[in-house]
Amino acid sequence: MQIVFDHVDYVYSGGTSFEKHALRDINFKIDKGEFVGLIGHTGSGKSTLIQHMNGLIKATGGKIYYNGEDIYEKNYDMRSLRSKVGLVFQYPEHQLFETTVYKDVNFGPKNLGLDKLEADLRTYEALKMVGIGEELLDASPFELSGGQKRRVAIAGILAMRPEVLILDEPTAGLDPKGRDDILDQIAKLHKESKLTIILVTHSMEDVANYVDRILVMNNGALVMDQDPRNVFARYKELEEIHLAAPQVTYVMNALREKGFPVNTEVTTVTEAKNEIIKRLKI
Amino acid sequence: MEMIKVEDLAFEYIRRNEEGDVESINRAIDGVSLDVNKGDFIAIIGANGSGKSTLAKHINAILYPSEGTVWVNGLNTVKEENLWEIRRSAGMVFQNPDNQIIASVVEEDVGFGPENLGVPTEEIWERVETSLKAVGMLEYRAQSPNKLSGGQKQRVAIAGIMAMKPDCIVLDEPTAMLDPDGRKEVISTIQWLNQHEGITVLLITHHMDEVINADKVFVMEQGRIVMQGTPKELFSRIPEIKKYRLDVPQVTELAYELKKAGVDIPEGILFLDELVQALENLGA
Repeated sequence: MQIVFDHVDYVYSGGTSFEKHALRDINFKIDKGEFVGLIGHTGSGKSTLIQHMNGLIKATGGKIYYNGEDIYEKNYDMRSLRSKVGLVFQYPEHQLFETTVYKDVNFGPKNLGLDKLEADLRTYEALKMVGIGEELLDASPFELSGGQKRRVAIAGILAMRPEVLILDEPTAGLDPKGRDDILDQIAKLHKESKLTIILVTHSMEDVANYVDRILVMNNGALVMDQDPRNVFARYKELEEIHLAAPQVTYVMNALREKGFPVNTEVTTVTEAKNEIIKRLKI
Repeated sequence: MEMIKVEDLAFEYIRRNEEGDVESINRAIDGVSLDVNKGDFIAIIGANGSGKSTLAKHINAILYPSEGTVWVNGLNTVKEENLWEIRRSAGMVFQNPDNQIIASVVEEDVGFGPENLGVPTEEIWERVETSLKAVGMLEYRAQSPNKLSGGQKQRVAIAGIMAMKPDCIVLDEPTAMLDPDGRKEVISTIQWLNQHEGITVLLITHHMDEVINADKVFVMEQGRIVMQGTPKELFSRIPEIKKYRLDVPQVTELAYELKKAGVDIPEGILFLDELVQALENLGA
């Protein structure tokens, strides 16, 4: 077990009139190499939760373990935790600042105190991992397209060689092509580099296509923790907390209501097609 | 009558070096012609860099044609004397709600436009009230905009345009930064304004589920219009849509895949009920 949350609570501005319970008794375990989706309505506590994972916010109650170690122990090396658990914020391209793509990605490993050779090596490696070609190394990051900028920003995190990669809405504001490129790239990282991936998103279609497991947050609490199939089967509950299942789930349920003997537990278009053809014998 | 008429429009972004010599020319719009009738709901889709936003900025006279002509309400956008009338009659909403709100109280933000046009104070307040009511934000009139959600901020931005009594609103990816709830709020507000106030709408978006209710859809690619038609016509041509790396709503894609596999259902299914009905009609 790589990440363990044990009765984690977080209260903002405790003891004042602005007191807000942002996390309530959160318990879960994530194993090495998992690909987890984290969904929830705006303000449900997703961003607060992920910031606990690399110690940017300290829980007001409960314990968090990383690789078996309590991260709130007195002598725990928080600095090394932050390099192992890479956090890519929303609109990470707003954090690009260097004059060239190469320098921007190189900043992280250099800052870790690595020697130049190692830092350079990791920079090339990270840019290759996100599919940014050598022809762009000397370009200004600000001349790139939205999708490219975002990949450079992700490379900046990868260059620190994290074991866990957390992405907060990595596809927000991108066009369909940019979105697919980023998600395919992330899936590839998961598969080839065996990174643990935690993907925060609003898009159920994205989650359905990529992740093995979904955590659903509502009002600071973890309300579901299951595979996509089982989560989307509870689409009525999802709607109550301002979420929704993918469109195909609704199609299958509508068919079921009309008396078609279809299995409603499908989450992608291909699955839905096969299921309809199989069951309807048409 | 035509609200917007674009004829053989071309626009070039010219990049110059420090000496002022031309370094490169990027033809962002390359021969676009289109007509938008009063009261239409038009959607423009296309990948990033296809020229959608550049086209939108011509309608508001933020950019002027390198070649060709744009008329808004019969007024040529290159003529300086038309500028104010064009900006009043064709309002624009941008992607990031935080970049469009300037005042510290909602109602003052909405009143900024008409005040700037020299509308008498009493009428400004009337317009502010009507506009906020139209977007469903009247109860927030005395609040600070920074406490609002993204969807609410976009609705305030739309109210700010409504207060200038426009004939047309151009929205450039107004939902790109919003969550699903915010997207629904903004889209239903735009549809309401189109249906009840007769406002002509030009919506630029990446979300295909937002275009299925449009009267007409244009697809742009490399500065040209490469497909156009009703949503139904367009989504009957799925391979072509995919060629431009655009999305297809899941229901439409499922219907298309079923049809391809030999299931006898109509082309261009856009809505869930349609698909279920079509399958029911097969008597399965």
